[in-house]
Amino acid sequence: MRRLTRDRILSIALITPSAVAILVFVYGFIGFTGFASLTHWDTLFPDYTFVGLRNYAKLFTIERFQLDLRNTVTFTVFFLLACLSVGFGLAVLIDQRIKGEGLFRSIFLFPMAISFVVTGVVWRWLLAPGTEQTGSYGVNLLFEQAGLGFLRNGWYTAPIIWHISSESTLGILLQSIGLGFLASPKFGISWPMVSVVIAATWQMSGYTMAMYLAGLRGIPDELREAARVDGATEFQIYRYIIVPLLTPITLSAVIILGHISLKIFDLVVAMTGSGPGFSTDVPAFYMFDTTFRGNHFAEGAGIAIIILLVVAVLIIPYLIYSARTEVQQ
Amino acid sequence: MTASRLPRPSRLFRPQRLLIYLILILTAAFFLLPVYVLLITGLKSFQEINLATMWAWPRNLSLASFAKAWNGSQAEGFRGLSGSFLNSVYLTVPATVISAMLGSINGYVLAKWRFRGADVLFPAMLFGMFIPYQSILIPLVQMLQRVGQITKPLSVALLALSVPPALAWFPPWLANFVPAYGTIGGLILVHVVYGIPITTLIFRNYYAAIPTELIEAAKIDGAGLLGIYRWVLFPLSMPGFVVVIIWQFTSIWNDFLFGLIVTSRPAVQPITVALNNLAGSYIVQWNVQMAGALLAALPTLLIYIVLGRFFMRGLLAGSLKG
Amino acid sequence: MSHSKRLLFLLFSVFTIGAIVLTACGGAATTAAPAATQAPAATQAPAAAKKLEIFSWWTAGGEADGLNAMFDIYKAANPGVEIINATVAGGAGTNAKAVLATRLTGGDPPDSFQLHAGLEVEKYSPDQYLQPLDDLYASEGLEKVFPKDLLSLLKYQGHYWGVPVNIHRANVLWYNKQIFADNNLKPPTTFDEFFTVAEALKAKGIVPLVLGTKEGWESGHTFETILIGTLGAEAYKGLWTGKTQWTDPGVTQALETYKKMLTYANTDHSALTWSEGAQYLVDGKGAMHIMGDWTDGWFTSKSYKGYGWAPVPGNAGIFDALSDSFALAKNPPHADEATAWLKVAGSKAGQEAFNPKKGSICARTDCDLSLFNDYLKSAAGDWQKDAIVPSVTHGAAAIESWATAYKDAMALFATSGDVAATQAALQQACVDAKTCK
Repeated sequence: MRRLTRDRILSIALITPSAVAILVFVYGFIGFTGFASLTHWDTLFPDYTFVGLRNYAKLFTIERFQLDLRNTVTFTVFFLLACLSVGFGLAVLIDQRIKGEGLFRSIFLFPMAISFVVTGVVWRWLLAPGTEQTGSYGVNLLFEQAGLGFLRNGWYTAPIIWHISSESTLGILLQSIGLGFLASPKFGISWPMVSVVIAATWQMSGYTMAMYLAGLRGIPDELREAARVDGATEFQIYRYIIVPLLTPITLSAVIILGHISLKIFDLVVAMTGSGPGFSTDVPAFYMFDTTFRGNHFAEGAGIAIIILLVVAVLIIPYLIYSARTEVQQ
Repeated sequence: MTASRLPRPSRLFRPQRLLIYLILILTAAFFLLPVYVLLITGLKSFQEINLATMWAWPRNLSLASFAKAWNGSQAEGFRGLSGSFLNSVYLTVPATVISAMLGSINGYVLAKWRFRGADVLFPAMLFGMFIPYQSILIPLVQMLQRVGQITKPLSVALLALSVPPALAWFPPWLANFVPAYGTIGGLILVHVVYGIPITTLIFRNYYAAIPTELIEAAKIDGAGLLGIYRWVLFPLSMPGFVVVIIWQFTSIWNDFLFGLIVTSRPAVQPITVALNNLAGSYIVQWNVQMAGALLAALPTLLIYIVLGRFFMRGLLAGSLKG
Repeated sequence: MSHSKRLLFLLFSVFTIGAIVLTACGGAATTAAPAATQAPAATQAPAAAKKLEIFSWWTAGGEADGLNAMFDIYKAANPGVEIINATVAGGAGTNAKAVLATRLTGGDPPDSFQLHAGLEVEKYSPDQYLQPLDDLYASEGLEKVFPKDLLSLLKYQGHYWGVPVNIHRANVLWYNKQIFADNNLKPPTTFDEFFTVAEALKAKGIVPLVLGTKEGWESGHTFETILIGTLGAEAYKGLWTGKTQWTDPGVTQALETYKKMLTYANTDHSALTWSEGAQYLVDGKGAMHIMGDWTDGWFTSKSYKGYGWAPVPGNAGIFDALSDSFALAKNPPHADEATAWLKVAGSKAGQEAFNPKKGSICARTDCDLSLFNDYLKSAAGDWQKDAIVPSVTHGAAAIESWATAYKDAMALFATSGDVAATQAALQQACVDAKTCK
């Protein structure tokens, strides 16, 4: 144990204000919200009657909330897949010693500078489908003019939910093993959400690219050269050397993108709202609506805590993992 | 930059390289699509706005939409973005600088002066950047109002300051920065607090990569905690600061939720809230909305264009690897 | 080291140049549009000056003009009071309500704020956060100038909580006169006629019924007019008091009608707000639009004159009403100024200044009709003789939690079309609100 010197006291004194601020503004406030979610606070004026987990029990019976959970899963999975693959692909291409590297990098990175509110406003117009009577708008119009009319679709206005039909073979099979509930739109994939994924990917894939590019540049050339000497193809080099070496980057990207997608709010509000039949509704939006439009503070706090728990399930293992690996180093 | 790397043999054959460029150019076009629409729509005259021709280049270039979005329109009864643009500057610049400084000091202590409990404190602080902010809004407002009660004498004293008439605008302007509910100062406080996790993370990882031998050597030379920071680490910190400044500037400028909840008076509202007011009211034509959106995005775009490559360099230096 | 210095210099110059440009722009803007940049003015006044803070979501257009006209009257009567016009737009008032909720619970209320007349007041915990206005009603004689139906709507727990400034009508069918003339059609008065007309228009490639459902309340709005048209005034009112059951076959029939109507609506309705839907009428691509009479103000702002209006089918003789009012916060920071404001809001002069601009009729019965346009004149006539029913979508008929459950059920119905499930959900909402058993 090191001695308590003047500098050690000073070091603790320097970090104390930040630590206290976080303690109050993060943990204190979360504690308050957690407490509120267990009460009967249903109008503007606080009513701290303790009701246990009743608000949570109620939430899971509400259809809108069930659909929100479905939408969040759809969004998170597609958004992560899209960002990681587009980001990685672009990073590999840019890493090929191309001309105009700086320009391409800037073009792919700049959407990150724009707020989700602006992104939502713009993509709402771009993906506005138009109708048979009015003709196509936006991207649909572009498809039409490029002779790709068959690609036209209703985007975020078409209430299509892909799900296992209860009449299909798979549906019947699921029913026979007691999982029949899976064959319903509540466990489907919401097509309107894909439009939101496109906008979000436009915004965040450049950042993913930047992270991967940083990772690629950190891999010593000798490694590739050695593999080449050993007769490995380019594909094999990526498959067996580079991708494994980039695992920490992928992990960081999953954490950063994952928590964005679980909390997504501004983009949905500005772009689609709840969508047809709540097909683009998300828990953060529902929480805002419940708390501030309906003044059901306890229920809103409950939704906030559920979002927080889901985020925590993703984040805490990661934080522990990073802390451990660092100690090993 | 690129030239110095050219002597290395290209890894792929020529047709493949053409394919690479083709993919990159197509992807770049996709990325630029929304900006193109923003720009041409903003440049169109009011008569030319039509969804069916939204991809067409404007026949006459007109800056009227931008002027209208900036100045507002008395006749149509909406407020322009100019005032809130300045508010956003007053908000973003100090909040960015303060949170960068705090993050730098925290990062330094956590990376180089590890104390008992630091292994718990650091992840505990990091967790703060992942929380959904909706969950802390209500207690936040109550806290800010309590802060306001404490700081009230300060703003009263500022307003009572006797200054020459030419400087009469100064005390009230300064009073806006006193932290309280509904002031720019209050919003700065919120952004600084919730910026601590990310800035601390970036700087701690950045400083962790700096060899401890450097610190030890300075200690042997008799430098203390502050001396080492001032003379050894701070001069090496520029890439870290660039990353943090870009990050914080962008997220504070683009923030909507805190700005909405903490500032209810239009006089102190930041630009995202004003843009929402512009786009959320059904009376404003969408070319004005597009022009407003572009104006609101301009400063952060500028930061990226000017500093983007330093940001990349910061990433390359490993400061964001987590 | 020289590298970092260069970078630092660059950063510094960016900020400096930015600041110079901004200051210049700011200066230019101040001279161009003084009203737009009154940013420092709010704090520039001496600390002792009288103030009044009014909170609303009327940020633009006729609504803002109307509010400003009322401010002018207030200023003339109360010189030296500085008005802080706190407005938050967007999300059909959701953003504003979020700000309001945090300010009321946080103990920093605006003096007076916008509130829908009716049971919406329940969610503001009026006994905790609002001041009853019974004394003001007595001193200003307001009970004599507002219609009885409105007064009963305003009374909650035996007190008045808001001063109504206007009346809007929700059940109006707007139509493009040109399209109807070209096709020899008349605005439908029954649902059967509606479907005949819609079929004819569809064959011509025109959107028969224009709908915009982006904000989530519009589907509920449309359905409430269909409920009225199917059940009639009394039975519709009974739905909110427990006299009519939600399991009633009439409700089933209304759902079936709405489901059929939706097949004649534009397919992109979830991309559009109500005003973007109304744009179809302006462009001559859509024929009919069921919406409240704020549409009239919007058409006027677009200088569009080719529209006609009629009651929604089956709604003749029934006025589906909503009203905006101003409430007084408990212990407002500027109590005297706020009371003076509410007097202006309830006065003849105040309402005559506000309503022609806002595009609504006066809550008072004694306004000068010559100030209003043709539509508003006709609405004022209907207001006098029609049966009045409260709108649920706009906060009059039910407490907020019930209204929200109703709106959510109808938003789902617009895509699911599941009549049985929706009727069960509507019944459940009534049970949850403790009105049905």
